[in-house]
Amino acid sequence: MLTVATGNKAVAAAVKAAKPAVVAAYPITPQTEIVEQIAEYVTAGEMDARYIPVESEHSAMTACIGASITGVRSFTATSSHGLLYMHEMLHWAAGARLPIVMANVNRALGPGWNVWAEHTDAFSQRDTGWIQLFVSTVQEAYDTTLMAFRIAENTGILLPVMVNLDGFVLSHIMQSLETVEIGDYIPPMVLPHRIDTGNPAGYGTLTGPGDHFKFRWEIEKAMRNSPAVIADAEEEFAMRFGRKYGPVDEYLCDDADVLIVSMGTLGKEAEVAVDNLRKEGIKAGSLRIRWFRPFPELDISDRDLVVLDRGYSFGFGGVLTDSIKSRYRDSSLFSVVAGLGGQEVTYDDIAEFVRNRRMGEEYWFGVDA
Amino acid sequence: MAEIPKEEYLEKCTTACAGCTSSLTLRYVLKAAGPDTVLVVPACCTSILQGIYPNTSFSVPVYNIAFAAAAACASGMSEAFASMGKKTNVIVYAGDGGTIDIGIQALSGALERGTDFLYICYDNEAYGNTGMQRSGATPMGARTTTTPGGKTDAKKDLDRIVAAHNIPYQATATPAYPKDLYEKVKTALATPGPSFIHILAPCPPGWRIASDMSVTVGKLAVKTGSWVLWERKYGELRISSPSKSAMKKRAPLREYLSVQGRFKGISDSAVNELEQAIEKNIAQLAKEEAGEC
Repeated sequence: MLTVATGNKAVAAAVKAAKPAVVAAYPITPQTEIVEQIAEYVTAGEMDARYIPVESEHSAMTACIGASITGVRSFTATSSHGLLYMHEMLHWAAGARLPIVMANVNRALGPGWNVWAEHTDAFSQRDTGWIQLFVSTVQEAYDTTLMAFRIAENTGILLPVMVNLDGFVLSHIMQSLETVEIGDYIPPMVLPHRIDTGNPAGYGTLTGPGDHFKFRWEIEKAMRNSPAVIADAEEEFAMRFGRKYGPVDEYLCDDADVLIVSMGTLGKEAEVAVDNLRKEGIKAGSLRIRWFRPFPELDISDRDLVVLDRGYSFGFGGVLTDSIKSRYRDSSLFSVVAGLGGQEVTYDDIAEFVRNRRMGEEYWFGVDA
Repeated sequence: MAEIPKEEYLEKCTTACAGCTSSLTLRYVLKAAGPDTVLVVPACCTSILQGIYPNTSFSVPVYNIAFAAAAACASGMSEAFASMGKKTNVIVYAGDGGTIDIGIQALSGALERGTDFLYICYDNEAYGNTGMQRSGATPMGARTTTTPGGKTDAKKDLDRIVAAHNIPYQATATPAYPKDLYEKVKTALATPGPSFIHILAPCPPGWRIASDMSVTVGKLAVKTGSWVLWERKYGELRISSPSKSAMKKRAPLREYLSVQGRFKGISDSAVNELEQAIEKNIAQLAKEEAGEC
């Protein structure tokens, strides 16, 4: 069905279609609309889920963990400080191999209070064992949320999945949205290690170094399996519903001399910048990273890269830049830190980054003279 | 009164200390709950006494969870079982640190939301698992590794905090009176919605008592009025019979304190404050039972 929706409403609509048994929810700007909309669905009887209005994000993730280990589908959504407040439990969810799906509406961290888009919240959870996907449109937010359940619950994966969408510039803007009848796109959840009082076991019991290390290796093995599973979820989605996604979203990359590498909504601005640069004879392309963890293979050889980073590791460098550099040591790269705390970054700005690129250097847009 | 079942769900191979009353409590809790039960355990002594993976000394599923998280985990689990139409008992078994201090926010939330579960706090009045550091539940005058001169603050009044949530069933107990404990667990599990039982769990290494003295010390706690056994069903308070008898003629508080190394050298003023707190607590409970407040 073709409709118009915000990014938040699109996520809520996808969650409704995925039919989780339990939704735990704690409000935070700019995620609130997701949990409000789900509450409305549940109250109206359009969604048969148990809605737990928890008292904190730590408890939101924990309630999802408690629900998931019984073998049922669970969902939550958060943002910024909420995501960081659940940090301990994000490790727990991945370590316990629970296929929880969460939407994270990317927002800066205080102080001072700032409710606008930045990727630092998600980046700071990089090493928790969660699969992290980043989207750039309302449609993609809907489609990726649906895919997230299928990916997480794949028995070769059993890792939680975080769908990231930029605060306000995606969560609160309206675009056209085509919802789908999902049919059996997401198979019923079967958690092999679910709690069964008929077959009692200890979960998370005191574990020695040998077994602990083995369990961590199992997480990494699942992460290494995940590109094939995510790709399968994307292909099946394209086959059934006609929209195609991949690890990256490429725009005029094939013949490009310079690639703008970005995540989230900046990738859509970058496409306009590419069009304008090409009019000037600069062969630019846009490479938007959709999978942050697992980090995808990139086709970037022999091109200049202009990397837009909406999050930073103080004392080191841009977080996306870091991921690319550590995989592709010989890459020729101009690192632009831009858009922190919702700083406006237009396609004209991005085109300027490309025109004035200084390979091997880093530039803080708007503050670095 | 029903016979306490012979079935054991806590095997004899736990790694608990000798004389541990927390594991003794758990033995009765599980007898009352039966096999269709899941225990949710935050960081506490019970995290350790299960044994080391892949072994477990429990014959019900135990879900270990982070320190602050037990009540929230039980919330998710309880709702998930309800969504499947299952009647499985969800019981949190948590220490005083995980309840009174770091876990109180999650506990308060779960109680307020009417979560259908039983929360049991076994209170050994310190962070036992990490070697007896002071908690909010440590009584005034008790020496712990972080209050080497004796605690200067009073024990946090957990029961009145829980009572403020107006839950359907709340009780206190101690394994020194196992039938009382067993009956209270039975009642709690038969009551829909949130139930809470606060257990006094004397701890031989932490309280510096001999391992064969922990039950005796539990009885002394009741006889001196330091620990009052009661239950409150849908707002109706009833003081339990061991405390009823004790309150007729209380044993001197010194009898309880002097057998515990942790109170060695306690000041007269601290004893006096403990005494006053006991009298105030008993008076309040008696008034409530009589319907005077």
